[in-house]
Amino acid sequence: MKLDAKTPSGPIADKWEKHKFDMKLVNPANKRKYKAIVVGSGLAGGSAAASLAELGYNVDCFCFQDSPRRAHSIAAQGGINAAKNYQNDGDSVYRLFYDTVKGGDFRSREANVHRLAEVSVNIIDQCVAQGVPFAREYGGLLSNRSFGGAQVSRTFYARGQTGQQLLLGAYSALSRQVGLGNVKMYPRTEMLDVVLVDGHAKGIVVRNLATGKVSSHAADAVVLATGGYGNVFYLSTNAMACNVTAAFRAYKKGAAFANPCYTQIHPTCIPVSGDYQSKLTLMSESLRNDGRIWVPKAEGEKRAAGDIPEAERDYYLERKYPSFGNLAPRDISSRSAKEVCDEGRGVGDTGFGVYLDFADAIGRLGEPVIRERYGNLFDMYERITGENPYKTPMRIYPASHYTMGGLWVDYNLESNIPGLFVIGEANFSDHGANRLGASALMQGLADGYFVLPYTIGDYFARVGAKNIQPDGAEFKEVEKAVEERTRKMLSINGSRSVDSFHKELGKIMWENCGMGRNKQGLEKALQEIPALRERFWKDVKVLGDNSEMNLSLENAGRVADFLEFGEMMCLDALDREESCGAHFREEYQTEEGEALRNDKKYSYVAAWEYQGNDKRPALHKENLEFEFVKLATRSYK
Amino acid sequence: MNLILKVWRQKDARDKGRLETYEARNISEHMSFLEMLDVVNEQLVGEGVDPIHFDHDCREGICGTCSLVINGSPHGHQKATTTCQLHMRHFKDGETIYIEPFRAKAFPVIKDLVVDRSAFDRIMQAGGFVSVNTGGVPDANAIPIPKEDADKAMDAAACIGCGACVAACKNASAMLFVGAKVSQFAHLPQGKVEREKRARAMVSQMDSEGFGNCTNYYECEAVCPKEIKVEVIAKMNREYFRAATTKI
Ligand SMILES: Cc1cc2nc3c(=O)[nH]c(=O)nc-3n(C[C@H](O)[C@H](O)[C@H](O)COP(=O)(O)OP(=O)(O)OC[C@H]3O[C@@H](n4cnc5c(N)ncnc54)[C@H](O)[C@@H]3O)c2cc1C
Ligand code: FES
Repeated sequence: MKLDAKTPSGPIADKWEKHKFDMKLVNPANKRKYKAIVVGSGLAGGSAAASLAELGYNVDCFCFQDSPRRAHSIAAQGGINAAKNYQNDGDSVYRLFYDTVKGGDFRSREANVHRLAEVSVNIIDQCVAQGVPFAREYGGLLSNRSFGGAQVSRTFYARGQTGQQLLLGAYSALSRQVGLGNVKMYPRTEMLDVVLVDGHAKGIVVRNLATGKVSSHAADAVVLATGGYGNVFYLSTNAMACNVTAAFRAYKKGAAFANPCYTQIHPTCIPVSGDYQSKLTLMSESLRNDGRIWVPKAEGEKRAAGDIPEAERDYYLERKYPSFGNLAPRDISSRSAKEVCDEGRGVGDTGFGVYLDFADAIGRLGEPVIRERYGNLFDMYERITGENPYKTPMRIYPASHYTMGGLWVDYNLESNIPGLFVIGEANFSDHGANRLGASALMQGLADGYFVLPYTIGDYFARVGAKNIQPDGAEFKEVEKAVEERTRKMLSINGSRSVDSFHKELGKIMWENCGMGRNKQGLEKALQEIPALRERFWKDVKVLGDNSEMNLSLENAGRVADFLEFGEMMCLDALDREESCGAHFREEYQTEEGEALRNDKKYSYVAAWEYQGNDKRPALHKENLEFEFVKLATRSYK
Repeated sequence: MNLILKVWRQKDARDKGRLETYEARNISEHMSFLEMLDVVNEQLVGEGVDPIHFDHDCREGICGTCSLVINGSPHGHQKATTTCQLHMRHFKDGETIYIEPFRAKAFPVIKDLVVDRSAFDRIMQAGGFVSVNTGGVPDANAIPIPKEDADKAMDAAACIGCGACVAACKNASAMLFVGAKVSQFAHLPQGKVEREKRARAMVSQMDSEGFGNCTNYYECEAVCPKEIKVEVIAKMNREYFRAATTKI
C-alpha cells in the first residue's frame, strides 16, 4: 500500500488556495448527476450533507439515532476555537496553526492543520448567519473565553452548550435541504459495511434499526462522519451508542487505520461509583481555574475530607508543576491522578478519585462568586452524586473522552480507498497525539462545511458519474455477509450478555492501553483480547430476532467490532516505543517522569492495513516533516 | 433498595401492549434511572426474556433521546431533569414505579417504551432554519446583536427536542417545541427576514402531524427538562398572527 498524502507544494499559507484552484470542478448543471452518501449527522456529517446538497449534489444521509439532531456532537460543552483575533490579543491563523501542531506533540500533518486554522474564521461567520446564539458582550459583539493550551482568547461559546447550538445550526441547514428534497435522511439506520465497485467506494449496506431490514444504497462516493471510538473503554464521556463499526468495516475493506492508540483521557470527570455504571460525565475543565486538586498523604486514609488537616494533604499538581499547578495540561493531570490512586491514596468508596476542592476559593471570593462562575456545573455534580460541592470537595477522576486516531486520509480527506472520504472525529487528520480543547468542533465543521465540498467535487470530476444501482453482485455479496453475521450472533444463545463482554474488554483496555502503557501490559492485553473475543463468539446471548427493533443485537455488532479493534489499538501502542501526547509509554519518560518523544524513529503516522481475520495487520508509515514549526519538547514545570 | 416496576411492553406498532410487572433488586441509590433499567435488563436477559426497549444515548441530559413517563410524569417528577439524569435516591425502598412511553397520536410506539418522534423533524424541515447556504456570509461581528436578545434567543434554543411537552399535554400540543424554535429566530436579526414564512410553514406542518392545540394548561412548561417558558408560545402566536395578516 502506498500512502500518498497529496500535500500541495508551496508556502504553507498558500497551499489551500493553490489546491482549490488546481482541483477540477463539476459544472453546476452536471452536479445533479452525482450522488453522495454521508454516514453520520454530527457536526461533520450534518454540515457536509447540507453543504453538498446546497451545491446541487444528491445526498443520502444516515444516522443511528432517531433524529439527526441527536448525534453525539450535541454533548460538547466548552466551545469552538477560531483565529478571529476579535480580542486584539495577538491571535492569528499562524498562531492557531502553531498551537495545534505543538499541542498535538508534533505528530500531525502541518498542511492539514494550517488549512484548519485558515477556515476556522469562516466557521464562526457561517454559524452566526444560521442564527447560532453565541455568547455576546454588552456592545453586541461576540464574546470569547480562553482554553487550555493557548495564551489567547479565541474560544467562542454558547453558555455550556456550544456543541448543542452548533449542531442545531448544522441540523437546521440539513433540515432545510431535506425539506427541499435534496437530501434523503435515513435516521435509525446503521451502516454495517461499505461496498466497493472496481476498487472504488460506491455504496453501503445498512440495517433499519426499527424493522431489522437490511438494504443496499449506491452512490458516486461515500463519506464517513461516524465519530470517535472512545467507547472501546466501555466507560467514557461519549454517548452510549458511539462506536467504531463504520470505520472498522471500512478498514476491513482495505482502508488504512491511522494511530489507533492516540486516545485522549480527560482529567475532570465524575468518578465511577459502581459496577452498574454505564457512562461517565465530564465536568468542565474550567473548574481547575479555582479548584485545588489533592489527595491525602497517607495510604488508606478513611477520614472525611474536612477532617484531614492541611499538613496531611498532598496538593500533588502544585507540588510537581509549581508554575502550571492545577492547570497542567490534560494528559499530565490525568496521569498524575492515576499515579496517586495507584499508590493507594485515592478517595471515595472505590479509591479511584481525587479531590477538587473549592474551599479556598469560596473563602477568598465568597460563595456567590463561585456560584456565578460554576453554578450549573455544581448543580449537575450534585444531581449525579448527591453531594454538595459547596460543602465537600468534588471527587473527580480521568475518563476516556476523545480519539485522535481514525481512518487514514490524505489532504483531500480521502482514504486510500478511492471515493471513500472520512471527516470529523472519524479521521486521524489534525490533532496528532493530543487534541487541544475546543478544537474538535472546529475540525468537524471545517471538514464538513469548507473542505469536503471542494475535494469531493474534484473526485467526481475526475471519475465521472457512474449511476450505479444497488442491485449488482457486489452489493448482494456484502448484504449476504452482513445477514450471515447477524444470524450467527442470534444463533449462539450462550450464557453471557453483550454488555458483560463490553465491560470486560473495557477493563482490559483501561488497565493496559489507557493513561499509562507498557510493554508487559500491552502484551498481556494482546493475549487476553483474542481469548475474550473467542468466548464472545461462543457464549454471547442475544435474544429476539432480526425482523424487529432489537437493541441487544445492535449492541452485539458494535461490541464484536470493538473486540477486534481493541487488539489493533494495543498493537499500535506496543509498536510506538516512545511517549508522545496522550500516548504515554512508561518505559519512555524523562527523569522527572515526563513524556519522552523519539523524533528520529517515530515521527510518522502509523497506518495499519487489514490482512485477514486473526492476522497481524501490516504497518505502513507516513513520514511527518516539520518545515514550519520547529520540533521542541513541551514543558510545564 | 428493591422496587416493583410496572413497565409498558408492546412488541411493535400493531401490538396492543400491556403493563408487565418486574422486580428490580439490589438497586443502589447512586444509580441513574436508566442504569436501574440496565440492571433489570441484564436480569431479564439471564432469564431469557426480551429486554425492555427504551431510547437513550448521551445520558447527560442534552441529546433529548431518553423519554419515559415515570409515575405519570414525563421524565419523572424531579424538576428540570431528564430521565437519564434522574437518580434512584429520589425513590424509596419497596416503591412501585410505573414506566410508560411518551403517548401522543403524533408519536406512535415502535416497541415497548420507544416512540417515533420524527414528526418533530418534519416540522423543522418545514421552516426551522435560516435560508443561508454555506459560504458567502458576512463577518460574524458585522451585525451586533444586543446581549439581551442573544440571551433570550439562547433561552429558547436550549430545547432538546425530547417531546416531554407533548407527552404532558392533554391535547398533545407541540406548541412549546415549535414556539421555542420560532422564538429563537424571532429574537435575532438573521431570523427576521423569513419570519412570516417560517411561522406559517411550521404551524401548518405541526397541525398536519396531528398535534393538538394549546388550551393553556401549561403542563408543558412544568415538565420541560430545560425549563423553556410558555412565553415562547405567546411569541409564536404573535409571529403567526403577524404572518396571517401579511400578504405573501
Ligand atoms: C462530553 C464531551 C464534551 C466535549 N466538548 C468539546 C468542546 O467543548 N469543544 C470541542 O471542540 N470538542 C468537544 N468534544 C469533542 C467533540 O464533541 C467531538 O469530537 C465532535 O463533536 C465529533 O463530531 P463528529 O461529527 O465527528 O461525530 P459525532 O457527532 O459523534 O457524530 C457521529 C454520527 O455518525 C453516526 N454514525 C456513527 N456510526 C454509524 C453507523 N455505523 N451507521 C450510521 N450512522 C452512524 C451517528 O449516528 C452520528 O450521527 C467533546 C466531547 C465530549 C464527549
Ligand atoms: S439520554 Fe440524552 S438527554 Fe437523556
